[in-house]
Amino acid sequence: MNFLYRYLNPFIPAMILGLLIKTAGTLIELALPYILSYILDEIVPNDGRLEMIILWGCVMIACALIALVCNVKANRMASKVARDTAEEIRHDLFYRTMTLSGRQIDQFTIPSLESRITTDTYNVHNFIGRIQRLGVRAPLLLLGGMIVTLIMDAYLSLIMFAVLPMIFITVYYVSIQGVKLYTKVQSSVDSMIRVVREDSRGIRVIKALSKIKSEHKRYDAVNKKLIHDEKKASITLGFVNPVMNLLMNLGITFVVLLGAYRVIGGQTQPGKIIAFTQYFTMISTATLSITRIFMMYTKSSASARRIAEVIDAPKDLTLKSISEFPPQPDSAYIVFDHVSFSYNNSKDNLTDIHFSLPKGGTLGIIGATGSGKTTIINLLMRFYDVETGSIRIEGKDIRTIPTQDLHSKFGVVMQNDFLYADTIAENIRFGRELSQAQIERAAKIAQAEEFIETFPEKYEHILSQKASNLSGGQKQRLLIARAVAANPDILILDDSSSALDYKTDANLRNAIAQNMKTSTVIIVAQRISSVMNADLILVLDEGKIMDMGTHEELIARCNIYQEINESQMGGCFVE
Amino acid sequence: MLNKKAGNGKRIFLRLFQYILKFWYLALIALLFSLLSNYLALLGPRYLGNAIDAISSPKGVQMDIVFTNFIYMLICYSISAVVSYLLTVIMVQLSQKITYLMRKQLFENLTVLPVSYFDTHPTGDIISRISYDIDTVNATLSTDLVQVLGSLYTVIGSLYFMFIISKPLILVFAITVPISILFTKLKAKKIQPLFRKRSRKLGEMNGYAEEMLSGTKTIGAYDRSVIMTQRFDEKNKEAVDAYYDADYYGAIIGPSVNFINNLSISLVMIFGGILYLFSQNGTVLAGSLWFITLGGVTQFVMYSRKFAGPINEFANIISEFQSAFTAAERIFRIIDEKPEPADKQNAIAVTNATGDVKIEHVNFGYVPGKTILHDLNLHAKPGQTVAIVGPTGAGKTTIINLLMRFYDVNAGKIFLDTTEIEDITRDSLRGAYTMVLQDTWLFYGTIFENITYGREDATMEEVVQAAKAAKIHSFIERLPDGYQTILSDDGVNISKGQKQLITIARAMLPRSPMLILDEATSNVDSRTEIRIQEAMSALMQNRTCFVIAHRLSTILNADTILVIKDGNVIEQGNHTELLKQNGFYASLYNAQFS
Repeated sequence: MNFLYRYLNPFIPAMILGLLIKTAGTLIELALPYILSYILDEIVPNDGRLEMIILWGCVMIACALIALVCNVKANRMASKVARDTAEEIRHDLFYRTMTLSGRQIDQFTIPSLESRITTDTYNVHNFIGRIQRLGVRAPLLLLGGMIVTLIMDAYLSLIMFAVLPMIFITVYYVSIQGVKLYTKVQSSVDSMIRVVREDSRGIRVIKALSKIKSEHKRYDAVNKKLIHDEKKASITLGFVNPVMNLLMNLGITFVVLLGAYRVIGGQTQPGKIIAFTQYFTMISTATLSITRIFMMYTKSSASARRIAEVIDAPKDLTLKSISEFPPQPDSAYIVFDHVSFSYNNSKDNLTDIHFSLPKGGTLGIIGATGSGKTTIINLLMRFYDVETGSIRIEGKDIRTIPTQDLHSKFGVVMQNDFLYADTIAENIRFGRELSQAQIERAAKIAQAEEFIETFPEKYEHILSQKASNLSGGQKQRLLIARAVAANPDILILDDSSSALDYKTDANLRNAIAQNMKTSTVIIVAQRISSVMNADLILVLDEGKIMDMGTHEELIARCNIYQEINESQMGGCFVE
Repeated sequence: MLNKKAGNGKRIFLRLFQYILKFWYLALIALLFSLLSNYLALLGPRYLGNAIDAISSPKGVQMDIVFTNFIYMLICYSISAVVSYLLTVIMVQLSQKITYLMRKQLFENLTVLPVSYFDTHPTGDIISRISYDIDTVNATLSTDLVQVLGSLYTVIGSLYFMFIISKPLILVFAITVPISILFTKLKAKKIQPLFRKRSRKLGEMNGYAEEMLSGTKTIGAYDRSVIMTQRFDEKNKEAVDAYYDADYYGAIIGPSVNFINNLSISLVMIFGGILYLFSQNGTVLAGSLWFITLGGVTQFVMYSRKFAGPINEFANIISEFQSAFTAAERIFRIIDEKPEPADKQNAIAVTNATGDVKIEHVNFGYVPGKTILHDLNLHAKPGQTVAIVGPTGAGKTTIINLLMRFYDVNAGKIFLDTTEIEDITRDSLRGAYTMVLQDTWLFYGTIFENITYGREDATMEEVVQAAKAAKIHSFIERLPDGYQTILSDDGVNISKGQKQLITIARAMLPRSPMLILDEATSNVDSRTEIRIQEAMSALMQNRTCFVIAHRLSTILNADTILVIKDGNVIEQGNHTELLKQNGFYASLYNAQFS
């Protein structure tokens, strides 16, 4: 809950003001019964004047009115604090999620991150609003009741307060269990969301394989698990209420018994015991409300903890100092200096990668599926840090370049790349400051102009989710347009033209060569034709560079390269 | 429109109530327990009262009576605690049963919806419904409903006693209660759209978050996290504002109803006082309807406070009910969404199809008036390979959609072994096909589970064999947990090509007579492609194959090549025949050498 405090901190003045207003409203409302009993006990039987009854009646109505105004005002203020806090938390959570490293995202998993952004923040939002609304009356009643009884008869009230430690222990124990159980509930929610998410995405495969029944079973398992966890959490928390009730009632039972002895002993009067029991009822009602607040607290602190886990996740790829990785006087633009790397710290995914590339040069990377082509890109863009060796751009180790500066150098198309439900122009612009002319130029280079023009709304055409209304080749061309649009220093195309037909691919390469003269280009490809004009071609196999050189050199001496070349008598025939 | 929506509220309530009725025995027990605990709640104070009477008795403290009542109280409160705990347990059981059922119904209906539903509805919104919306309904059912039901007892009881004490005074409530009901109803009606908006906005925000979450790497690469967060902020702001709006206007209901109740009590006080005065000075005679004693006024006021308590409580949680209603509305909307039309009643299940597929004069379009396929004819004999070639948007995938009945034809007929496919159960029809798609799909589970997805009884040897044939075995072996490695669709450490090879291995296990390859090897490098060629040929052998491909190597050996352009089959024949025709196909073929 320290976490929540951090976010509530700026709103404390507003909260205090709201609570004061609420307290005023509550006190006035609590005054009503006293006015009532005053009228009943004093005015009606003793005074007996009609105008006095009406006068006091009007005082009551006025009090009720003030209570109304105060309560509405306070509730609205509470909602505002809740809104602003939730907005802030969600903002930070989303931003942190967007900046998590690949490794961290793998650990949290996307469904879990998604449920943290939505349901967990929602729980917290709900809690902050409610605690302010419900959290005044009950503590006030409790405190007031306790003070009054203590003044009335300290001995008897001590009997009553003897049960308080037991209540405290119960609440404490159940709360610890409750937070654990609700954390478990939320992680079961994650699993359920995962299944729903996967099945929404893979519905074609599921239907094609007639696996609906088995998906029902798979879902049923997570549903049952979730229900089981929810039940356990609810029942555990449901334990508090009866126990508190019982303890309070036992307290009063003993007050009556011991009170009787004290009356015999002449230490107290029967009237006091009567008053005592009345205050006691008030205190019990208050404790019940407090139980409710406590249940909300338990649930939301499980959620708050999950949110904090993400927001406070350590920055994975921090900026390193120049003294640790001093700049080297490289003559080349990009240098991979004996780089080795492994994703899971067991077997190397890349071993001793060593090459350099001049500014404005073109690098081709070719090799079998799983040979480590994409890993080179991942390291160059510092999605992961190298294990040994170093990667330098203009002599500077990339670990010493702020991420923002580093990434602003790149235009990149990755595998599994991402288009979203927005206009074509926006998918190319991708939130950058780019003019329409730049976007259209990019589309032209990427050979996308032709198909964009076929839409009636052209660049304003809105894509569906994951651009499912575009073909593979169209998607690739949009992604390439995005990558070239900002004239990046380094253009990376990771297997980004595999769905293009030969002719379009050739036109694309020409257009890039002509228009992106200042850019250093890295092309990862399966097709020889895509890389054959590169200044340097790396041939990768099982994470090692088997050979490197120009097309002519490789075709003359490299076995694998020759094999690849021969395998490609026919490439993309038609999109 | 407005009236219809108002009517919806009632329908939703009735529907929610039906869920409770489904578990009527639990609901009944809960109701009994709730009555019992209410009864005990009244019984305890009575013993307490007895004990206090015995203490304050003019004859001095009667210790034996105090002690007896002390024992009664102990027993009564203990039972009460047990009963209220049991009540909680039962209510949790009930609400969880309903939640389970709702989630199940929602999910199961989701899976039978036409494929097009998922193309047009954001996944994040679907998720928001199955998690947040169902939770909201659940919370209301489990806690708020019990509270309301339990307090009903007090309301009716107090009303009865008030009626006995003084009929004229109750007139005050006859005026104020309808006012507060009317007020609540009017306000609720006004606020309902705000709650609807609140659920919708939350769903939209979730949709956006879900979409962006799948692009974190790209967003990182372009360093767009700030701007994407700014856009998220807009959705977030809309969501929290919608929440606030509902709260803001909802905040008035509870205190207003409280006020009306306080007003009633004040009025009761005033009129009660007046009546008492008149009864005192003889204006109103004893036995008259208007007559009231001082004790009568006191008791009436006491009961009216009891009466008002639950009503206040209810007014305070009315917003919970409202948000539960909107949530339920969103849930029911998916449950009511039209599923794929049911199989015909006399539909047969094909068990050993030979794989003879005939398409006759088929017309089809996704949207009425926009025909994509015109008069398509095709006959694929058992074991033949049909390649479908043509530019993007020509309708290649549409043919697959029709063959597997993801969509039904508008006109014309498709036959499998002389049976029209509309007369075949969908499950068995789809089961007759094996499919490898360009968009690979893996689910969260081990590699073994992913490969055996199409045939669960496959043994480890068969899986290894399939993986070897798909040339993915050595990659799997190198993983720390081998075939037991957990995969997920978002996993970053597996390349698209590797994912595709796993789906190819998956396709090798089922023994279905027909095969669909939709760009099955588009992400596999050409050398690997050649290495798995043998396996692919084995896969295709003795099966009727429909292949969508853009690589020439896949197309060359097809028995029939369909060249589709703008929804029409413009050319049909094998490679040699088509080259001879010197038409569109030939021009495509020659283009790659230019």
